[in-house]
Amino acid sequence: MASTVTKTEVLFGKKMKRKEDPRLITGTATYVDDIQMPGMHHAVILRSPYAAARIKGIDARGALELPGVAAVFTGADVKDVGPVPCGASLPGLRVPHHHVLAQDRTYFVGHPVAVVVATDRYIARDAVDRIEVDWEPLEAVAEPEKALEAGAPAVHPQWPDNKAFDYHQEHGEVDKVFAEADVVVKQRITSQRLIPCAMETRGVVAEWKSGEKSLTIYTSTQIPHLMRSLVAGMLGIPENRLRAVAPEVGGGFGSKLNVYAEEALMGFVAMKTGKPVKWIESRRENMLATTHGRGHVDYYEIAAKKDGTIVGIKLKLIQDVGSYHQLLTPAIPTLSVLMMPGVYRCQNIRADIVGVFTNCVPTDAYRGAGRPEAMHGIERMVDILAAEMKMDPAELRLKNFIQPEEFPYATATGLTYDSGDYAKPLKKALGIAGYAALREEQRAARSAGRLMGIGLSTYGEICAIGPSPATPAGGWESATVRIEPSGKVTVHTGCSPHGQGEETTFAQIAADELGVDFDDIIVLHGDTAIVQYGIGTFGSRGTAIGGTAMYFAIQELKAKIKRFGAMMLDCDDVTFSGGRCVCDKTGKSVSIQEIAAASYRAMKLPPKTEPGLVATYFWEPPNFTFPFGAHVVVTEVDKETGDIEVKRYVAVDDCGKIINPLVVAGQIHGGVAQGLGQALYEEAVYDDSGQLMTGEFMDYCVPKSTMMPWIEDSNTETATPVNPLGVKGVGEAGTIGCSPAVVNSVVDALSPLGVRHIDMPMNREKIWKLVQGGAA
Amino acid sequence: MIAQNFEYETPSTLEEALELLADGAKALAGGMSLIPLMKLRLAVPERVVDLRRVPGLNSIRVAEGQLHIGAMVTHYELESTPLVRRSSPLLAAAAASIGDVQVRNLGTLGGSIAHADPAADYPAALQALEAVIRIAGKGGERAVSAAEFFVDTFTTALEPGELVVEVSVPVEAAGTGVRYEKCEQLASGFALVGVAARVAKKGGKVSMARVGVTGLAGSSYRAKNVEALLEGTTGSAQDVTRAAAAVAEGKEANSDIHASADYRAHLARVYTARALRAALGTAG
Repeated sequence: MASTVTKTEVLFGKKMKRKEDPRLITGTATYVDDIQMPGMHHAVILRSPYAAARIKGIDARGALELPGVAAVFTGADVKDVGPVPCGASLPGLRVPHHHVLAQDRTYFVGHPVAVVVATDRYIARDAVDRIEVDWEPLEAVAEPEKALEAGAPAVHPQWPDNKAFDYHQEHGEVDKVFAEADVVVKQRITSQRLIPCAMETRGVVAEWKSGEKSLTIYTSTQIPHLMRSLVAGMLGIPENRLRAVAPEVGGGFGSKLNVYAEEALMGFVAMKTGKPVKWIESRRENMLATTHGRGHVDYYEIAAKKDGTIVGIKLKLIQDVGSYHQLLTPAIPTLSVLMMPGVYRCQNIRADIVGVFTNCVPTDAYRGAGRPEAMHGIERMVDILAAEMKMDPAELRLKNFIQPEEFPYATATGLTYDSGDYAKPLKKALGIAGYAALREEQRAARSAGRLMGIGLSTYGEICAIGPSPATPAGGWESATVRIEPSGKVTVHTGCSPHGQGEETTFAQIAADELGVDFDDIIVLHGDTAIVQYGIGTFGSRGTAIGGTAMYFAIQELKAKIKRFGAMMLDCDDVTFSGGRCVCDKTGKSVSIQEIAAASYRAMKLPPKTEPGLVATYFWEPPNFTFPFGAHVVVTEVDKETGDIEVKRYVAVDDCGKIINPLVVAGQIHGGVAQGLGQALYEEAVYDDSGQLMTGEFMDYCVPKSTMMPWIEDSNTETATPVNPLGVKGVGEAGTIGCSPAVVNSVVDALSPLGVRHIDMPMNREKIWKLVQGGAA
Repeated sequence: MIAQNFEYETPSTLEEALELLADGAKALAGGMSLIPLMKLRLAVPERVVDLRRVPGLNSIRVAEGQLHIGAMVTHYELESTPLVRRSSPLLAAAAASIGDVQVRNLGTLGGSIAHADPAADYPAALQALEAVIRIAGKGGERAVSAAEFFVDTFTTALEPGELVVEVSVPVEAAGTGVRYEKCEQLASGFALVGVAARVAKKGGKVSMARVGVTGLAGSSYRAKNVEALLEGTTGSAQDVTRAAAAVAEGKEANSDIHASADYRAHLARVYTARALRAALGTAG
């Protein structure tokens, strides 16, 4: 039973296959839709077919007549359920009351209007078609800049200017540096609306136990604990009588970093009907009614000296809010402002955000959440500046980088960058790409009439979000580490991983720290009845904060293990390593498994020591972390059709210390796929009346595996001093570094035609028109 | 994405199936078009007739210089069966370009053409192959040409109650060069435009040219003007470009969020030239 071997293999830094994957790829994982309960009913939601309409009446009799229908609830039934929460606050923020079902008006296509509960999902869906709503369609507005025009339809009648908020941030002597600058370049840059498209749509199962007066909500979420606190408030039940479970979650990308109307609504339905109820979002509903991402129109200005030194940045940012604020909607563009100087030494910045209501589904976090927009903006602007000054874009970047010895570096936006060496990944990426040779090849291609482009981005981003003062609901994370009597280890993490691989990376850290086998460790998460309070997984925070919390819990355990070891070995000074406590004097040793057994058997205890080996740690980080990297992209444009071929994709990312290179590469690959999606293919298109034209995968193009280039990915490792593991986070890096590099590459390809900027997505017709017509 | 309640029939003879269809039921072949439409409630049939148990619709055979393919033959069977690849490489290529493997394993030739999606792949090939489509109804059988069969968007020559039972295309003569070139709508994989070309040369001149086009307009069509411009030439690059330039003439090009009418017409010219060049490259 007890291991007698000292464990010496270090797993930190090792490529380990993910513990999660066998169950995911064999179909034996449990998602919300896999949950079955006796007597379970099914809910289907009637949604608004209009972007703006008045509800003059609802007649649900036809639905109720259908055999199998148990209940229909409309806005009137739920008017006392608390509003869908907005967790972000800004001065002067206008927050429309967001009922879980529409009251007398709807504000976007897909707005929930009524819910049918029936004995099966098919009956419920048929019944939805039998609800008669007396609609009065109203004029809608779907474009943020149109919504700001005088006379535009008011999304919320009480605010005719459609402004949700204004936000201003400034530092340094902006007017002075712009007045004195040798060069000023300006550009309007958009970051289009995107649909997150998690592979698993949302879904909720709610079960009310009337005897225990307790509600359980199973939901596909990134934040089970926060969801519980907020939905308990919405439903008016004590928080300790609501159990939230995030079972297997098939991707979130920020779209499940939220509290949705349907989560509270299903709780309400379960309590009202006394039946367990399941609601599974269809793909079409997912595209219509789950938050979208991005939605920026940015007006940039950059001022520089004639040697290329960037001295000032101005940004006017128009954020498409959509119809309501979801959990973090207004906070997302403020992240763009925080990162607007990127990796460059520029202390004079001015940013003005205007948040705009439109008759569209709300925007909120989507992989990168504010940082891809910021990096797209600054990295495009640096290329535009380089073109204006006829400088090489790599040289211009090297000239403006914050230097390694300047860290910690206080930015103009109030952040303190932890550590960095920005030239390192850039030089490595240029080396892998063979930059000089590529430029030669490009010259030859151009003289042969071919349109070849080389583009790069050097990004920085915010991870490990974040210190509590910078977040709406606590930015710490928690862990409980339980060494069981047999010496097996159970970790409870408060972050709620959903594809990031923490069951593997956390086990690697714990195996090293405790000297137990990797396979003897399990990591549990996502169930508020099992796991202590936690915050969740988003903002590339899981490992840097949640992993660190576990690390500190283990340190407490190690101290206790040593006390038991000293007692058992009858020795004053013991060393714990490789899973064994060794008496420094005699060399005698005892294993962690033997210590665990003794700690629970408790025949004898060390002084002032409780039985058992369990420790809980809540870790508050002192700062964010700031990963960085460089991507180099080679493209060629087909002059006849406008098709873009990505010929090379070189990514060098620095996410701090690397625990598992496989997991890091996986995150980069997935991130780059979503970045390429934005750069080349994806856009949520609403028509003028607010109908979503891309509400199916037949029309909304996420890149398929066959459309992906080969990614030449590698890393540099610059540890962060923010946490003892030295890790920064990598979940969003690929997306953030990707889109500017791809657009810079295609603009470079078309630059001989006078093209200086292209908005995303760079679809083939857009590119063909540029080839035909020249400058844009 | 949940279909409306419907009745489901699985007849075991063609006669039974035709009886049910005559009664207003909707035919279900591979379900790759009908089921998504039903899940979106864009189609709400009260009764669905699944044809999978109907005998005689799955055969692939060659007789009298014609390749005859049963309506229930799947795309995957068409792309992978040696007899089809040998006898009509153009049809096999069109089948191979449809959707993904899962779709090709279920979707059928008859189901696809009866649905008549204006951006489907088969119609281009069938127009270029001058295919004959055999149709059965309660009153008997009839045969129509591809040119007659494809009428308009989602509209064919099928009368209510009729069923496609077989498609016949010529066994390709040795030396005929063929090619299917498609510009994919990247989200769906359907054709923004797809062009099927068949060419033969004799004595250094193009002796035969057939061009079928899908995706551009409301219906697929045979671009006879292109064929006429190419036939009799040497098939030089210039000849091809000049002929291809005529492909969209007189056609009202589709326009949607994926491509404007002008761009579609342009793509049709580019892809016609590409298909013809490739076909000429293998003709001999």
